[in-house]
Amino acid sequence: MISLYAFMGAIEQGTAFGLMVLGVYLTFRVLDFPDLTVDGSLPLGAAVSAVTISNGYHPVAGMAMAVGAGFIAGAVTGILNTKFKILHLLASILTMISLYSINIRIMGRPNMTLLGEDTLIDQFIELSGLAPHFSTPILFAIISGLTLLTLIWFLKTSFGLAMLATGDNPKMITSLGVNRDMMIIFGVGLSNGMVALSGALVAQNQGAADVNMGIGTIIAGLASVIIGETLFGKPNVTRAMLAALLGSVVYRIAIALALGVRLGNFAFTPSDLNLVTAALVVVALVSPQIKSGLLKRRAA
Amino acid sequence: MKKILLFLVLLFMVTVPVIHSAQTHTVSISQIVEHPSLDAMRDGFKDRLKEAGFDVIYNEHIAQGNQATNIQIANQIKGENPDLVLTITTPSSQAVAQKIKDIPVLFTGVTDPVAAGLVKSLMLPGKNISGMTDMSPVLRQVELIKEFLPEVKTIGTIYNAGEANSIVLTNLLKEICKDFGIKVEEASVANSSGVYQAAKSLVGKCDAIYIPLDNTVVSGLEAAIKVCRQNKLPIFSADTDSVKRGTVAALAVDYYRMGLQTADMAARVLGGKAKPADMPVETLQNLRLFVNEKAAARMGVKIPRQVMERADEVIK
Repeated sequence: MISLYAFMGAIEQGTAFGLMVLGVYLTFRVLDFPDLTVDGSLPLGAAVSAVTISNGYHPVAGMAMAVGAGFIAGAVTGILNTKFKILHLLASILTMISLYSINIRIMGRPNMTLLGEDTLIDQFIELSGLAPHFSTPILFAIISGLTLLTLIWFLKTSFGLAMLATGDNPKMITSLGVNRDMMIIFGVGLSNGMVALSGALVAQNQGAADVNMGIGTIIAGLASVIIGETLFGKPNVTRAMLAALLGSVVYRIAIALALGVRLGNFAFTPSDLNLVTAALVVVALVSPQIKSGLLKRRAA
Repeated sequence: MKKILLFLVLLFMVTVPVIHSAQTHTVSISQIVEHPSLDAMRDGFKDRLKEAGFDVIYNEHIAQGNQATNIQIANQIKGENPDLVLTITTPSSQAVAQKIKDIPVLFTGVTDPVAAGLVKSLMLPGKNISGMTDMSPVLRQVELIKEFLPEVKTIGTIYNAGEANSIVLTNLLKEICKDFGIKVEEASVANSSGVYQAAKSLVGKCDAIYIPLDNTVVSGLEAAIKVCRQNKLPIFSADTDSVKRGTVAALAVDYYRMGLQTADMAARVLGGKAKPADMPVETLQNLRLFVNEKAAARMGVKIPRQVMERADEVIK
């Protein structure tokens, strides 16, 4: 039902988008800030890295610039929200739609190819000597793993602890003399920096940056966070973030399974993909409740 | 005896290729989204291969507009290990080109395969991928508008600035119109709900509206047609399906025929007669002319007799 290529591909996609999911976790769960900027900052990261790579810069430099651009985009959303008192959802939508035009400006066209360019993936394949379907997931797992460790370290510093408290108890944090606005601006910026890094990886994996590639990012992000929490629990921040990353991988495996559903005699058509994917996600979400329900009944 | 032997040898030579083409092939298809023109290409492709006697099992994938799924489909296809991959549209072709390097790939419905990075040159693709471009015959479309309106000074156009194809086409339109001494008035939209307003913004600024092959605008076409009817402004399209919906005329690539021609390329690959590396990218030579009598009357233009005579289809 699912081939090795599709399975490794799901891990590769899951870890590449895992960075985006960590970003979504940071805003959605830590800062309690529903942020739709991600639908724009993912293609922003893709666009910036595509332009820098095709202008001959090293892919790592391109990715660093993508992170910077993503941070600025997120900070703009944060500023619109805190300084101009625009509702967080609306502020993020405003940034998101303006990024559509900005991304076309950055690339000078809506689709910029990376086929034939020397991307980080190509360099890693050469360096590791492994087949692309093994080396790419390993590369993405390393990048998202390192980002996860950095994030865990960051949230244990006093600045990070203040950020954790910002979402939990804004009143207390203000009384302790922490500038809540700065925390929001920095936090949303950091989140979108990670989302943009994710976009840079995705573009190199897809062979092109496309202005429409951000559509549905937030859905995938939230679904991954919630699947991760359901399956892997959330007793503390470290575990919850690891769960979010794993949730991203599980989400992509679910889609790979949906793609592998045999057609023909079976009544599913390719147009049912979204429905099948959604159904698989629902099953993942509901299964723990069914399990605990069964356990209770057995106990009674 | 010798004759019989020769006959047997000849029979063997004739039947071997027949047996060869009667074997079952697998073809995986990757398509970004469901859309009448894209579906027509897929149908044409499948019909022609069937006609040609190929026994094909298809694995069809549609990413439902989601680029993340699009890459996963490319990985999925790699696992299916088909004899041939058919990719429909630019993003689907790019994802497959990135992931699959050792299976023959044919693309169709790609406007600019060189800019998309799929082939190094149209004449010599060089790798495992070739196919067909649907580059719109913009020059001949502008000539058609001039047949309807010899005095045309300004042509208005509506397109989505986020579609790679539309940018290529709009730039081409401007270049061609410049040669004819015609001004181009642009209106861009971000989604199909913006078409009504964009069409309204062109009223009074142009003598005719031309709709390029733009997925967003074509989905919201009725809004533009309505504005054109109210203002007696002729609207021309780049696809024939839109003529049925109410544009005055179109000289266009027929997507079903494009699927047929792509299948002819596929037949050569599956029959072992050619490799994508050596197959030049093909364009559709056979254009179709559609005119809509009622639309012309409502928008205040006469259909020239010579256009009427060579029309493939007249919608009444």
